Amino acid sequence: MFSIVKERVGQILLPGDEFCCGPQDTLPLTDSGRPERLVAGPGLRRSGDRLLVSRSGVLRHKEPNKFWIESQQRRYVPAKGETVIGIVTAKSGDVFKVDYGGSEQASLSYLAFEGATKRNRPNVQVGDLVFAQFVVANKDMEPELVCIDGSGRANGMGVFGAAGLLIKVSLGLVRRLLVPHSDLRADLEQLFPCELVVGMNGRIWVRAASVQQTLILANLLQSCDTMTAPQRQQLFRRIQLGALQD
Amino acid sequence: MKDTPLSNCERDFLLKAIEEKKRLDGRQTYDYRKIKITFGTDYGCCFVDLGQTRVMAQVSCELVAPKESRPNEGIMFFNLELSPMASPAFEQGRQSELSVKLNRQLERCLRNSKCIDTESLCVVSGEKVWQIRVDVHTLNNDGNLMDAASVAAISALCHFRRPDVGIQGEEVTVYSPEERDPIPLSIYHMPISVSFAFFQQGTYLLVDPCEREERVMDGLLMIAMNKHREICSIQSSGGIMLLKEQVMRCSKIASVKVSEITELINKALLNDKTARKAGGRCGFAESMPQERITALKMDQTSVEMKDVSETVSSIVQTAEAPPQTVPSPLVPVPGVGHIGEGLRNTWGLEEEEEEEEEEEEEDDGESSGGDSVAEVTKMEKEQHKDDKSRKVDVVEILDSDEEEEEVVILYPETTKKAKNTGTGQKGAATSRKQQKK
Repeated sequence: MFSIVKERVGQILLPGDEFCCGPQDTLPLTDSGRPERLVAGPGLRRSGDRLLVSRSGVLRHKEPNKFWIESQQRRYVPAKGETVIGIVTAKSGDVFKVDYGGSEQASLSYLAFEGATKRNRPNVQVGDLVFAQFVVANKDMEPELVCIDGSGRANGMGVFGAAGLLIKVSLGLVRRLLVPHSDLRADLEQLFPCELVVGMNGRIWVRAASVQQTLILANLLQSCDTMTAPQRQQLFRRIQLGALQD
Repeated sequence: MKDTPLSNCERDFLLKAIEEKKRLDGRQTYDYRKIKITFGTDYGCCFVDLGQTRVMAQVSCELVAPKESRPNEGIMFFNLELSPMASPAFEQGRQSELSVKLNRQLERCLRNSKCIDTESLCVVSGEKVWQIRVDVHTLNNDGNLMDAASVAAISALCHFRRPDVGIQGEEVTVYSPEERDPIPLSIYHMPISVSFAFFQQGTYLLVDPCEREERVMDGLLMIAMNKHREICSIQSSGGIMLLKEQVMRCSKIASVKVSEITELINKALLNDKTARKAGGRCGFAESMPQERITALKMDQTSVEMKDVSETVSSIVQTAEAPPQTVPSPLVPVPGVGHIGEGLRNTWGLEEEEEEEEEEEEEDDGESSGGDSVAEVTKMEKEQHKDDKSRKVDVVEILDSDEEEEEVVILYPETTKKAKNTGTGQKGAATSRKQQKK
């Protein structure tokens, strides 16, 4: 099965496609005798002796044996450890209720900020933006957020957003921005200095030197979602020329 | 389900941008978004797109007994429904305040202005009159539902044809559309509503607010006018104090906008009429709007139905060509989250990132938890094709195979609106409009 899955890497698969164990999977007697294990990632599901595709997208492979389906969507499903941008909607008792774009609101405790104690409460108002990460995120329990990491430091998380614009984009764009050496970020750096906070729930906060530049950035990010790299670079170049003229 | 709350920073930013006379999508203060009017297969069905706001109006008629007080006038009935499709804040079945307000405004705009000749709807005085019913459904809410609804309602009324009626002595025969051509309603004028949003206690005003601007506005002024510069209704909500000069200024702006929109409606109606005369109906394929034809992969079907294959191939031929594919379509985004498992994301480039996380602690809050390859998608082929086809639409109007859809675009879309300076964009838009004329 490993070989038939491997030959479809890079192709678009649809839900319902399956990979069966066929006669070619019997081990020849001359082999070392160690069966190859195939690790099925998001979008792939095992059912008996078949591997089913449950999402539409492109099949990806990572050495040595991981396979998964990359798909595009806008609706965010919380996962533990992911950092998101949330909007505080209510203060009740010892927790804040935070909206992150999911089906229910997450809770964020008062004490989950750096340097917060029972007496020293964080200065968070309803309507503020917080950058936090999930500690509890499964389908059975209410999601919980914290603004500190394992060692108790803020590490970039917390309340933010004095002046800037919050926009909503697809999850694919967000992941492309967060990749270690992302082309998109490199292109953006050449435009003009700006501040970006990228939440994995599809929300991006941008701030640039002036209102006009912030608006340009926001519109750019929303429109380059579905562009190929050359188209995007062409667009950025046009903006650069326009910015020089200003 | 509740809508996403508006954060403080968004509100501050929007107000600051409005003070600097900048709007989110790069429009000018008095600019409307792109209006697209399309008609459906039946008479009286009209879709209106105002930017991303989308509404549908459907007109139907029925013979009923007239009201006691007005025995020789027809009856007009208006209904505007806020569907949950339009926004997560709208709930099915519940009459919210906004719904009541929009219904009332639509009624005042169309009924009280007497734009339709109700006496011509009378069949037998005191016994049978036509009841014309206009249903407006909101399909997507991106602000300014009222304007879109009024344009849709009046376009649908102009487009509608009622069955012909013959009276011989005591006998009344209603002819079906096959026996005798249905006749249009007699419409005196076309009232169209224009919305103005006010900010900072009336200091700044914007025409055609989008959804975010509507959330931060102080008050709304709706003026319904026709192209003869007659005001049909004015309503101010939000409790702001307006000066006399402001109201006069708004009415002047409204008259300009209304005449443009009326021209657009007339052009759309004319296009639809010529298209209907030119081609006949061809059934199933015609009733599918252009954007929604997706099933074009015919080569992999395993169903064997010999007599269906001819109709299938004819439909494929009349449908639009499949979208252009990039030689190597690549999709970004790894699997998104493990639904309900609560595990860490372990796919992709995680090992490298863990090392990098310890080294670089970025202060701007960017986390490196993502795990994807930096490749751009063409999965959104439909949307891309849509964008492309929209740019070409202006050229293709009269040549299209689809008879039921006539598309007239007021301001062609540009992908980078915010880039141009304000005056440059407005100049470009008007010059493009003149080109089309």
